[in-house]
Amino acid sequence: MTFSTRSWLHKLIVIALFLSPILLISPKTYITLTISGLAMGMLLFLVASGFSLIFGFLSVLNLAHGALFAWGAYIGFTAFSFINKWTGWGGSDSVVLNIAIFFLSLLAAGLFVALLGILTERLVIRPVYGSHLFQIFITVGAMIVLEEMIRVVWGPDDEVMPVPLNFIGSWDIFDVVISKYPLIAIILGIIIYLTLYAILKKTKLGTVIRAGVENPEMVQIMGHNIYRYFTGVFAVGSALAAIGGGMWATFVKSINPGMGGEVIVFALIVAIIGGLGSMTGSVVGALMVGLSYNYVAYLIPKAALGITMLLLVVILLVRPTGLFEEGT
Amino acid sequence: MVEPVLNVEGIHSFIGKHHILQGISFGIYPGQVVVLLGRNGAGKTTTLRTVMGLIHPSQGSIQFKGVSIRHLQPFEIARLGIGFVPEDRGLFNLLTVEENFKVAAIEEDEHTSRRLETIFDIFPDLKRFWKSKAGVLSGGQKQMLAIARPLINRNELLLIDEPSKGLAPIIIEHLIEAILRLKEHTMVILVEQNFYMASQLGTDFYLLDDGKTVHHGRMEELIRDDELKKRYLGISG
Repeated sequence: MTFSTRSWLHKLIVIALFLSPILLISPKTYITLTISGLAMGMLLFLVASGFSLIFGFLSVLNLAHGALFAWGAYIGFTAFSFINKWTGWGGSDSVVLNIAIFFLSLLAAGLFVALLGILTERLVIRPVYGSHLFQIFITVGAMIVLEEMIRVVWGPDDEVMPVPLNFIGSWDIFDVVISKYPLIAIILGIIIYLTLYAILKKTKLGTVIRAGVENPEMVQIMGHNIYRYFTGVFAVGSALAAIGGGMWATFVKSINPGMGGEVIVFALIVAIIGGLGSMTGSVVGALMVGLSYNYVAYLIPKAALGITMLLLVVILLVRPTGLFEEGT
Repeated sequence: MVEPVLNVEGIHSFIGKHHILQGISFGIYPGQVVVLLGRNGAGKTTTLRTVMGLIHPSQGSIQFKGVSIRHLQPFEIARLGIGFVPEDRGLFNLLTVEENFKVAAIEEDEHTSRRLETIFDIFPDLKRFWKSKAGVLSGGQKQMLAIARPLINRNELLLIDEPSKGLAPIIIEHLIEAILRLKEHTMVILVEQNFYMASQLGTDFYLLDDGKTVHHGRMEELIRDDELKKRYLGISG
């Protein structure tokens, strides 16, 4: 069997596996679960892509990424509440005003956490470049500090995340219930993925970043200030985590200071499945995790997290470096 | 009196706790191709990496066109006009040949396309595989790409580490021809184990041993001096 035939066979097996739940559940439920799974996948992609990009380019396993995700959720929550208090856009009937307040909240979250990311990279991570053991210690420390800062600023209790009026509810299309927000999350996730993909593939900046994922020392030898790129990539990775945090909070409608710890496990799994340092890998891995989690959660609720772990084990056995190569 | 373009004086470098360079001195003047020779572990690669700023020396001076570059970062040194081809070639294998040049081009100006034409003239295969990923090229083509890449900039000096490593004799011949043509465009400092290649390309040589410069002179002197070759390079006859 040639490599190309084997590759197609693998793809067919994966597609068959993801279609197989249709044998056990009604097509309508299958569609609802698929949309929910795709939405979860896209939200995980936002978190995992930043994590994976930072690991690929800086060779830093940033365990504080989850805390940046939580900061994104809280800044999004605060920005939404603040804008809504003055304008009332969140509760308005106007779809445009709803979208505006949602985007402004995400923008605030992204910008604020990007700055937080720059500070984290400059003060915490830069002194330990090249030493993975110290990076693990110091990023765990940063995660604890960032989480405690959330408790100091917003308090230790859960908060209810406000959702724009027109994002609540569902559409009934031919008796298939399609929730509105997951569909918005999917569209937004696709837009962000395509934007990142275009930047990485079509611009000189993206080409240098992809080169840096493969060989950062050589990028420096070619006249590029690698430390400036490190800071930039860290800021973008942090902003992606923040946008993911804001969108996730809207999805689950609540926030708490420890929410990053739960998601970082998924992000790590997604990044490993897709291949650390691969943007396309992140999106494929995230969709695989999101879909399998939702199907299994419906069929055997207790095995939902287990299927994600099983997926990770299978991928690690078949292709230990993940599905996609670094820089793809 | 003509000043050397690159002047290295008494540099000492450490890798971890190991004192690798213990007083290396050499220089290159316009029109020269300098070859650094020596047995394995003599400090040739470390010397190039130190010049490029990848290792910061603990003592000594490194001057490029009269300016000290000892404390500069590699990207600053590259921007001054020094290109480096490392021993492992340092290619971006997942990027196309075109993208490899795109990363290498520090600033694109009106002369960039002319330089690219010169590169294609010297290395025609690169034009043929312009859209191919660097990882699929043959060993010789990869080496040609590695050497050609820095030439997209207005580099005055090219440091090349072991270009013949792992290549078949016929490919080495092509490489010699190509590097001889490069001499018209840039000065070259070469680290080379293959004495045949070194003797074909070099105008001058420096012999390194245990991290020190032990001898230097014109290449034709070394070619004739069997005793020196035997003592420092293990070559007889």
